[in-house]
Amino acid sequence: MSSTKYILGVFDDPDEMMHGIDKLQKNSVPIYDVYTPMPIHGIEAKLNIKDSRLGYAAFMFGCLGGTIMFSMVYYMLVHDWPINIGGKNFFAIPDFIPVTFEWTVLWTSFGMTFTFFFASHLFPGRTPRVMDLRATDDKFVIAINAKGNIPHEDITNLLKEAGATEVKHNDRKYVSYE
Amino acid sequence: MKTHNNFDGQYEFVGKAKTWSLICIVIGLVAILGGFALGQAERTFANLLLMTYYFAAVCMCGIFFCAVQYAAQAGWSASMIRIPQAFGKVLPIAAVTLILVVIAGFSLTHTVTNEEGKQVVAPYLYKIWAAVGVTDPHSENYNAIIAGKAGYMNKVGFVIRLICFLGSYCIFGRLLAKYSEAEDDLGGMFYYKKSFNMSCLFLVIFGFTTPIYAFDTIMSLEAEWFSTMFGWYNFAAMWVSGLSVITLTLIRLKRIGYFEWVSEDHMHSLTKFIFGFSIFWTYVWFAQFLLIYYANMPEETVYFFKRWEPEFKPWFWINIVVNFLTPLLVLMSRDSKRIYRTVEIMCIILIVGHWLDYFMMIMPGTVGPTSSWLTEIGPIEIGVFVGFGGLFTFTAMTALTKFKSLVPKKHPFLQESLHHHI
Repeated sequence: MSSTKYILGVFDDPDEMMHGIDKLQKNSVPIYDVYTPMPIHGIEAKLNIKDSRLGYAAFMFGCLGGTIMFSMVYYMLVHDWPINIGGKNFFAIPDFIPVTFEWTVLWTSFGMTFTFFFASHLFPGRTPRVMDLRATDDKFVIAINAKGNIPHEDITNLLKEAGATEVKHNDRKYVSYE
Repeated sequence: MKTHNNFDGQYEFVGKAKTWSLICIVIGLVAILGGFALGQAERTFANLLLMTYYFAAVCMCGIFFCAVQYAAQAGWSASMIRIPQAFGKVLPIAAVTLILVVIAGFSLTHTVTNEEGKQVVAPYLYKIWAAVGVTDPHSENYNAIIAGKAGYMNKVGFVIRLICFLGSYCIFGRLLAKYSEAEDDLGGMFYYKKSFNMSCLFLVIFGFTTPIYAFDTIMSLEAEWFSTMFGWYNFAAMWVSGLSVITLTLIRLKRIGYFEWVSEDHMHSLTKFIFGFSIFWTYVWFAQFLLIYYANMPEETVYFFKRWEPEFKPWFWINIVVNFLTPLLVLMSRDSKRIYRTVEIMCIILIVGHWLDYFMMIMPGTVGPTSSWLTEIGPIEIGVFVGFGGLFTFTAMTALTKFKSLVPKKHPFLQESLHHHI
């Protein structure tokens, strides 16, 4: 049994890569993932990628931030240490809105960022998980899980036919840990 | 996706839409005449001002939309830009009706009982600054605050400013539509570059004059009060309501078979605008409210005191719910921006909602509270609204039929718009 874990088809041209995806799908070869240096229109639909749920996380963080700040201001200015400001009620809701709004925005943005970092294993100081470093520069890479997808030569030929300039049989999933 | 579209089809304004818009105009006329006949002249005038202002706002929004698209070199909107162009072409009609209503409003007078219980002769509109003798120290109508503002706030200057502002917007609207039509014959980048330059010039002029226009037309109804946020507040209302009208028109026309190339991606882009600027409207509305609430100075809080009377308080809250909470909760998710039905209903809600917004700006300072909050909006309000809705539909759709094609066929970004995908 071969020690190949992942087969990478490296393309110079995004159109040829899209063509490669079509070919693989026509031959019922499941695609693990595709890496490109820039966003490509319509690729999510082609790969059947589900809509991101990041928005829901952002909404939840926003609600949380707003609630925390509103409760905090309430505790401080109404319950713990009421101050008479210009004869207003202690519980003067309009005054609370700006800071509640700011915290909602702050928590939404930070929460969304950290959720994204968490979900994509991306974090400052952490080695990024990259299957081919050139996919961040000028190459378009289709990754296929080698396990169960045999024979490997057929996949190689399919990729070559589609216009892959290079097909790699990697023994390791991520090259960036070296 | 269809790759070949037929752009030669011209829009024909016939059938039900035309009949109904004419019926609406008749309803409006009946409401206006009825209002005057039944002794509700001041209320009718206030409604006429409201609806001519709204009518002009939507048409101005059409020009502003075109100008923003050109100045940003945006491509996605190229295939539906004829609709805002048609709105812009109607602005002269809206401007003339607005100026006529304003001139009639401060020229015609009636006898009313003022806040101090005295019988005075006051004009129907702008009764605080346009009444006879307010700037004359020997008159019993003398108002020192208004006299101090008379150098700016006088009838001649007011009309001159209105004519200059609206006239310049009309010219820009006409030019942008003309360039786009000329582009259809000539092709190339010549007219696109011209449109770009004109749009930039228009945006500068519009940005500086539209707050003053709002101060003059609406804020001066309560001339002793002022707010520097008012101009942007009105701008936000104009932009949201105008976008809603553009989107609604587009959906309706698509439903009867025009604009078949417009997809849910275009809806998504338009609705993002509507959503974003509904939040902006709330931001400006609240900024104005919070500053006045916090400073708590009587000459400023009187504005909200009037809107806090039991006759207006429910409408005050409904205004916030309709124009802020509804778009916030309904239009936030991506999916709802892409469903024609949802967007259509939201547009109708926002069009009515911003009518209520203008209502809250105008009525408490002109007609004032009547009997109960429910009767504040009566047959005159609804009739005039329907009438101007019909007038707008009739004039704007007639303007749309004048275009040889519903698409600027040689717009440099047309292909980008036809393949708009987000």
